[in-house]
Amino acid sequence: MYFFALILLVTLYPFLNVLGISLNDAMDTLKGINFVIPRKFTLSNYTYVFTSNDFIQPFITSVMRTVIGTAVSLVCTTMLAYTLSRRDFVFHKLFTVIFVVTMYVSGGLIPEYLLIMRTLKLGNNFLVYILPSILWVYNVILVRSYMDGLPAALQEAAKLDGANDFQIWAQIIMPLCTPVIATVGLYYAVGQWNSFMDTYLYAKNIPTLQYKLYEIMNQATMQVDIHSATNATSTVTPTSIRMAVTIVATVPIIVVYPFLQKYFVGGMTLGSVKD
Amino acid sequence: MAGKGKVKPKKQKITMNLLWRQRYLLLMSVPFVVWLFIFKYIPLWGWTMAFQEVKPATFSLPIWERTFVGLENFMTAFKDRLFTQTMINTVGTGILDIAIGTFAAIAFAVLLNEMKFLRLKKLTQTISYLPHFVSWVIVASIAKNFLNDGGVLDTIFGTNLHLMSTNSPLIWVVITLINCWKEMGWNAIIYLSSMAGIDPGLYEAAEIDGANRFQRIWHITLPGIRPTIVVLLIMSIGSVLNAGMERQMLLSNAIVEDHTMVLSWFAYKRGIGNSNYGLGTAIGVFQSVVSVTLLLIANKIAGLLGEDRLI
Repeated sequence: MYFFALILLVTLYPFLNVLGISLNDAMDTLKGINFVIPRKFTLSNYTYVFTSNDFIQPFITSVMRTVIGTAVSLVCTTMLAYTLSRRDFVFHKLFTVIFVVTMYVSGGLIPEYLLIMRTLKLGNNFLVYILPSILWVYNVILVRSYMDGLPAALQEAAKLDGANDFQIWAQIIMPLCTPVIATVGLYYAVGQWNSFMDTYLYAKNIPTLQYKLYEIMNQATMQVDIHSATNATSTVTPTSIRMAVTIVATVPIIVVYPFLQKYFVGGMTLGSVKD
Repeated sequence: MAGKGKVKPKKQKITMNLLWRQRYLLLMSVPFVVWLFIFKYIPLWGWTMAFQEVKPATFSLPIWERTFVGLENFMTAFKDRLFTQTMINTVGTGILDIAIGTFAAIAFAVLLNEMKFLRLKKLTQTISYLPHFVSWVIVASIAKNFLNDGGVLDTIFGTNLHLMSTNSPLIWVVITLINCWKEMGWNAIIYLSSMAGIDPGLYEAAEIDGANRFQRIWHITLPGIRPTIVVLLIMSIGSVLNAGMERQMLLSNAIVEDHTMVLSWFAYKRGIGNSNYGLGTAIGVFQSVVSVTLLLIANKIAGLLGEDRLI
């Protein structure tokens, strides 16, 4: 019981504290920040974040990369995984090996940077958020293991009915894979939403919400557009804006948390069954 | 790789006919193989840059026209004024990470395992790994709010603790503890599932023999998860040099920078910041080679000590 209370306090207090500050009047916050319940409740920090051009664009970018990236990744991952799960496929073994090898050896930061910036010239291009991370080999293997467990008879029946391999994947396999699709979908989505380094390295001109948060964090004195930020009753400060942005960037994670619970943790053991 | 218990098809001859029959499978996989070559194998080929002089102007030259410099890039890296301190920081943070991180995760798992009410146990665990899913940027923002000068902790203790503004190895501990806060619950999952595999009969027998709770933990739970601990330790020793660049960068500031500089960041700084691609790559290669060596050594030692080996 004490242990529970302790974990509750240690894990949640930092979040609740930030939430409290984000809902508190910015000037009042300057007097001290150790509280959870706002002393002087206001929504002006959020109003500022959601009306300032500084944040709308990054927010849209973050949502776009999460939605598009996850959708593209899911299609690609399941498609490839299906071909690798087909043991009668000529290159089944060869392809599996060349994909798995990349899980253990990687070129490293500088060669990847040069590939993306110099060779492919993807700098400050939205594609840089999608293309390099289309496939996580770990997820491909996860999906393939799941497909291995599906009854083979279904595919054979479909084949006798004249379905081609693409149709089998789209119409037979995909509907059966809902649990594993949910799992890797969440992996991709959380990865995309939380990603920060790729913006920092490749695309500072199309910042995401995470990158914007990093920027505010590193500016001691942020240029707050006073005209739009000030109305008759309230002012905003970098600190309180930072807290509001932190909350905005956290909320999607909290929203999908029950699903993360169900599928993510299940996925951990799913992956360990095979491979 | 081939699944156990499955009948392997006989080795097929690759004929045009077969390829044509499997054209859909080919269409569904070959594009990704192309993707793989571009995004994973070309950077691997980039390792050759570690042995060449590559600057922005010479990057577009074909490989045979670049100047081959042998190990010179490595020598430059080792002689760099930042190198020694960077190594110390990387290893220091890495070791703290392994020591404190492993200890905390195990301790947490043991305590959780001792909880009687199943509901409460589940809830505690659920809450504990929430921070794992939150990005490092958010964690850094929360951490700064808590630990910066005048932050929440300073307010609670009523003095200035200078947790994130002391230019000393203290920052390693702070970063490690933040990492602990983020990952402890998540890392405990694997220990908990390993504990679930311990025969409950052992606990009953111990209870009958009069063992108290501490003795049960010490003599049953911990030995029960020992193989898991060893495997995870070996794996983590392989990554001791990979102390993430992201969190160091995010939690650093001008005051503590001397003690937060780690190898990957150093590689970035020299390779991209100073536009010396060859040098940056060499630092990355050094990091990978040392990591693999450490992994193999740890694996060997575990074998010598009679533990299960990883490889």
